Amino acid sequence: MKALRNYLDKIKPQFEKGGKFEKLHSTFDAFETFLFVPDKVTFRGSHIRDTLDMKRTMIVVVIATIPALLFGMWNVGYQHFLSVGESVGFWDQFFYGFLKVLPIIVVSYVVGLGIEFAFAQMRNHEVNEGYLVSGILIPLIVPPDIPLWMLAISVAFAVIIGKEVFGGTGMNILNPALTARAFLFFAYPQDMSGDKVWIAEKADAYSGATPLGHALVGDLEPVRSSFNDMLFGFIPGSVGETSTIAILLGALILLYTGIGSWRIMASVFAGGYAMGLIFNLFAVNDYMALPAHYHFVMGGFAFGAIFMATDPVSASQTNRGKYLYGFLIGLVAVLIRVVNPAYPEGMMLAILLMNVFAPLIDHYVVEANIKRRLKRLKVKSA
Amino acid sequence: MSTESKQKEPLFSAKNKKLIFNPLSKDNPITVQVLGICSALAVTAKLEPAVVMSISVLAVLSIANVVISLLRNTIPPRIRIIVQLVVIAALVILVDQVLKAFAYDVSKQLSVFVGLIITNCIIMGRLEAFAMGNKPWPSFLDGLGNSFGYAWILIVVAFFRELFGSGSIYGYPVMEWLGIYGVGYKNNGMMILPPMALITVGIIIWVQRSRNSDLIEEN
Repeated sequence: MKALRNYLDKIKPQFEKGGKFEKLHSTFDAFETFLFVPDKVTFRGSHIRDTLDMKRTMIVVVIATIPALLFGMWNVGYQHFLSVGESVGFWDQFFYGFLKVLPIIVVSYVVGLGIEFAFAQMRNHEVNEGYLVSGILIPLIVPPDIPLWMLAISVAFAVIIGKEVFGGTGMNILNPALTARAFLFFAYPQDMSGDKVWIAEKADAYSGATPLGHALVGDLEPVRSSFNDMLFGFIPGSVGETSTIAILLGALILLYTGIGSWRIMASVFAGGYAMGLIFNLFAVNDYMALPAHYHFVMGGFAFGAIFMATDPVSASQTNRGKYLYGFLIGLVAVLIRVVNPAYPEGMMLAILLMNVFAPLIDHYVVEANIKRRLKRLKVKSA
Repeated sequence: MSTESKQKEPLFSAKNKKLIFNPLSKDNPITVQVLGICSALAVTAKLEPAVVMSISVLAVLSIANVVISLLRNTIPPRIRIIVQLVVIAALVILVDQVLKAFAYDVSKQLSVFVGLIITNCIIMGRLEAFAMGNKPWPSFLDGLGNSFGYAWILIVVAFFRELFGSGSIYGYPVMEWLGIYGVGYKNNGMMILPPMALITVGIIIWVQRSRNSDLIEEN
């Protein structure tokens, strides 16, 4: 550690003003603050002293995704060997999935961080850490067989159009990870939906339909009988979103550290449950009659609720707003799932839709608060 | 208005040149004035309709500008919009009929959008802002300039959308000739959807503003 510090100190002057690599200052700064706690302090004005800067926040989220990631790697292998009908040991399954998922993660980070660094350089900003989380979330929400060049394009699109045009980390309207997925979904639908893509190198004869796929065509029998499979995640699907248990482990980490908002998580589940119950009331087909709690374990509902909806940048900022924001996400997600035949999974679209509405919700929450306080003032002065 | 200065102005004076060249860049109807967006989104999925649309707008706008400019002193101000609309509508019907006669397929593709040239904000905007107060020749140049400004944005957007969305340029399957489908390349379905037109126009605006700093508003 000491040697590293000395080395950084030695090359530092070259990156300061007037140095040889002055232009690369933000790149140097990014690596230095990534490796060591920054020693900069502010001198004037009031400020909050808190050890939880953005890097710590982001790292906690990355750690919280690890259970889902590890399980996802194993499940990719498990599903593959299941489809080709070979039975191999646990480590073979895991290793197969690891080799499948690793390139996706590498491409996601290299492309995303490359663009982030380039923009920081051009604008003379510090490099922001926002992509650390998006970079791990994107591999978790794509099918294991996604062609890497498609992934690279969608990551570039999400980082540039979804984030940098608005001014970088913290300024984006939409969740970047979901922007990438939405781009893939609309640009290359044949690689992002249907029952061919959810198992890595699937054998042709094997049905690769996800529970959502079954449900979409009205075939509810396999869905009803596999609640436990869906809960634990032994189903085909996107890399990291099959296992509700692993995702909930991540949720515990987020909640314990206070980084994910419990208000949003709880209200997303409440919204989904409410919509499920409403459908149960008017059950005109099998899908509508599906018990409401099944929606939690199918598809990306849990993953979206825990990791996507709680993105502090694109979610509502006010506490009341968070309840409404989350509730509507759950509601719309289940609504799209059950009613719209074109989209088997509604979570992505629901979250993106509510991302757009989040500032509006906040606006009215703040306005209502101002009104209420004005009223109180009038009553007092009267 | 009869007391106009008798001094003869050269046909392409500096002022008149500006009328043509400003709308191409820093006074572009789409990227700066943000007019005519709806048709820019609707007809740019392929190059061919975009080109035909550009030519139609060129014809309508430059002729309408001249006609309105000739009539400008006789149009009662209170009904000027109606008069402008009558002129535009007549020209649009002409264009529509010509297209139906000579380019039926494209006319089918453009469907209502030819008729909707009437509501293209660029045309009304230029008639109202320029032709009503200027002589026929500058008005004609203004019409030309603005249509070219509109046309090049349309064509650039359509070029990228057709290239990446359908893998062709003006109907020629370029991507297939290059043989990159063989290595796993696929057309980007999102490029054909209207939102990508908006995003492409946005990117053009972004590039333009970062090269041209006097376009950036103070706030």
